[in-house]
Amino acid sequence: MSKMIIIDQAACTGCRQCELVCSVKHNGSANPARARISIVKWEREGFYLPMLCQQCREPACAAVCPKGALSRDDENDLVVWDEDRCIGCKMCVMACPFGAMSVDTRTGKVFKCDQCDGDPTCVAFCEAGALKYVESTTANLTKKRAHGARFSEIMRTT
Amino acid sequence: MALKRKLALVNLSTGEIDIQEISRELREKYIGGRGLDIYLLYTHLKPGTDPLSAGNVCCISAGILGGTPASASARTHIMAKSPLTGLLGSANMGGFFAPELRYAGFDHLVITGASKTPVYLWIHNGEIEIRDASHLWGQDTFDTQEAICEELDDPEIKSMAIGVAGENLVRFANVVTSHKNAAGRTGMGAVLGSKNLKAVAVRGTMDIGIAKPEETIEYNRKVIKRIVSTKFAQIMQKWGTMFIYGVTNSTGLIRTRNFQENQLDNSEMIECEEIEKHAEGTAGCFGCQIHCRHRYVIKDGKYAGTYDEGPEYTTQGAFGAEIGCRDFGTILYGNHLVNKLGMDTLEIGSMISWAMELYEKGIITKKDTKGLALEFGNEEAAIEMTRQIAHREGFGDILADGPKGAIKRLPKEAAKYCIHVKGLSNLHSDERPTPSLALGIATGSRGSDHLRSRPALDLYHLPEPLLRKIYGYPVPYDGPLTSDYHDYEGKPWMVMWQEMVYMAVDCVGVCKYHTVFLSPSMPSFDEFSKWLELIAGIELTPLQVWEVAERAYNLERLFNIREGLTRDDDWLVDRYFDEKTTRGLDVAANRCISRPKFKKMIDKYYTHHGWDNKGNPKKETLKRLDIEDLVS
Repeated sequence: MSKMIIIDQAACTGCRQCELVCSVKHNGSANPARARISIVKWEREGFYLPMLCQQCREPACAAVCPKGALSRDDENDLVVWDEDRCIGCKMCVMACPFGAMSVDTRTGKVFKCDQCDGDPTCVAFCEAGALKYVESTTANLTKKRAHGARFSEIMRTT
Repeated sequence: MALKRKLALVNLSTGEIDIQEISRELREKYIGGRGLDIYLLYTHLKPGTDPLSAGNVCCISAGILGGTPASASARTHIMAKSPLTGLLGSANMGGFFAPELRYAGFDHLVITGASKTPVYLWIHNGEIEIRDASHLWGQDTFDTQEAICEELDDPEIKSMAIGVAGENLVRFANVVTSHKNAAGRTGMGAVLGSKNLKAVAVRGTMDIGIAKPEETIEYNRKVIKRIVSTKFAQIMQKWGTMFIYGVTNSTGLIRTRNFQENQLDNSEMIECEEIEKHAEGTAGCFGCQIHCRHRYVIKDGKYAGTYDEGPEYTTQGAFGAEIGCRDFGTILYGNHLVNKLGMDTLEIGSMISWAMELYEKGIITKKDTKGLALEFGNEEAAIEMTRQIAHREGFGDILADGPKGAIKRLPKEAAKYCIHVKGLSNLHSDERPTPSLALGIATGSRGSDHLRSRPALDLYHLPEPLLRKIYGYPVPYDGPLTSDYHDYEGKPWMVMWQEMVYMAVDCVGVCKYHTVFLSPSMPSFDEFSKWLELIAGIELTPLQVWEVAERAYNLERLFNIREGLTRDDDWLVDRYFDEKTTRGLDVAANRCISRPKFKKMIDKYYTHHGWDNKGNPKKETLKRLDIEDLVS
């Protein structure tokens, strides 16, 4: 069964702890610029949105990679990448519509979310509950139930 | 590594910028943040300097854990000689500035001199540039930050800015970053204004190496789980500090109508639950799970449509209880206004409520206020006066000088109604039933304040064995400690202990809500020590962290003494001793502070510190803390 990181935008408090622990976990250093997840903010309206790799079925990043460094892992529903094959051409950075491919200026190569091999650190530290790691098949259940609750309330009170 | 962050000396008169390493020895003695700031201020500022002259020195810093996975490592500290008190100016704020400053390669900025024209500092990945800010002068704090992002074409830039209040040298002007994070107290915004420094903008993508990354992740997962398991964190996550109002008001622990009553009746409409209608969610500072403020849009009334973050307990007082108002919309709008104009919300509330009492007593009249009816309960007048203060218009120009300055410009009898210590106004809390809290505000190193020494746990009536566990560590203490907050005994030690834990948390750069302030289960000396080891690679035992705090606190005391502080300044205004509380539950009603007992408390407090009976640190104390060489 594949799992996915699902984002509940409304629950995000914009604290960026996810960026911080992501960079410490992967790089041993605190640096949001090297994190695989970012909180995009519209400060003056108070709107915060966590952004990370959506692990696409038909990944644009993989399609444009001239060296086959990016590919699908259907079993785990991931887009995986092979750093050794990466030539640092950054075509994937251009192609990804979500800005999920990042450049590591130290190595000249790209990096992306790997979901920490099944135990995403960002999710473990998101006390606000904006990030959840769930079975892909049931990812929509929370929203279904939330919307269903409104319907249920109307039906029971009319 | 955390230790690689640098110090930059920026001279705005000459444009010189000198970037230096921070030695390990200094780190071990002062850690960083507020601790290292006081060392830098003490050693760079010429005694007797006019706070609003080019000679003042402004220190801006991040704590040594800033921007790392220690919880809520978001705090920025600003220090200079205060234009409000003439003594230590020191203010702290959350947000995202300090982490970004560290990612840009710096921990400490020491700003000297003054620019002839408006400028801002642009700090990015190890480089510092002084840029023209003429086009930003006159803009509010929000627009200034946005304009800098646009000008430098990077939405991720974090800035701290002054508003028009800072430009107009309002003596309690503050410095604001993002929406509501403010280095609020002691007038640091006026100091930047006097230097023509409109803003400091930072952006960085540099690594902060973590000494033991895996252990850090593992350890912090546990610490954070403990933090969020506390009742305090859970209440704060929902209501922010606004939850305090319902409790303190119903008990009778707040001051209303300036200092005339200690409870505002029928004021449920300014309690925390009112935020629900306007709230759109909450917001956290960098790496914080407590996210103690709301994002709100005022939904109705004349201020409908206004967006901001907060408000806090302080503003429930400033635009509510203190001025006898019960309109939640005014509190939300007042919060927005002070953030935008760049002024300390606490000082605004205290100055306006003082003026309202003077108006009520006929000490000032409509002639003084240019027709404005400064009456208790007149929220529109409070909003108008806030605007006038920021622009130094009409009567606002007098109030803009703060307690010490305004007293000089008003009739003599006005002084006794002004509620301040050392020239810094008191929070809208009433400390007459609680001697420990009264001692805290009387002795605090930046003047009257609740965030520098307040033993808030005293309000909880915790069992004595638990108090012993908290207050008997890391320095053993076997003197009296009682659960009754009316007592005078044992409280001086609690005040000193809180001074040390707050100093330590300000040195590492973590938020006070993540230490022993309103919950006994929050991180303390053990966690600070562990974080320093795992994250920064500095080995300091919990006791050594205490010693750093004590060293820095003594240096703050020495700074104040050098600027003229005497024992007489560690005292409350007469009303605390002469007027009894009139309302509230039995625990709060009919109480005032006893002069002789309070005097003894101060004696004891000095003894605990190793200070003589005049409040001067003794030679052996300075020797023990290895700072004797700093006293000439």
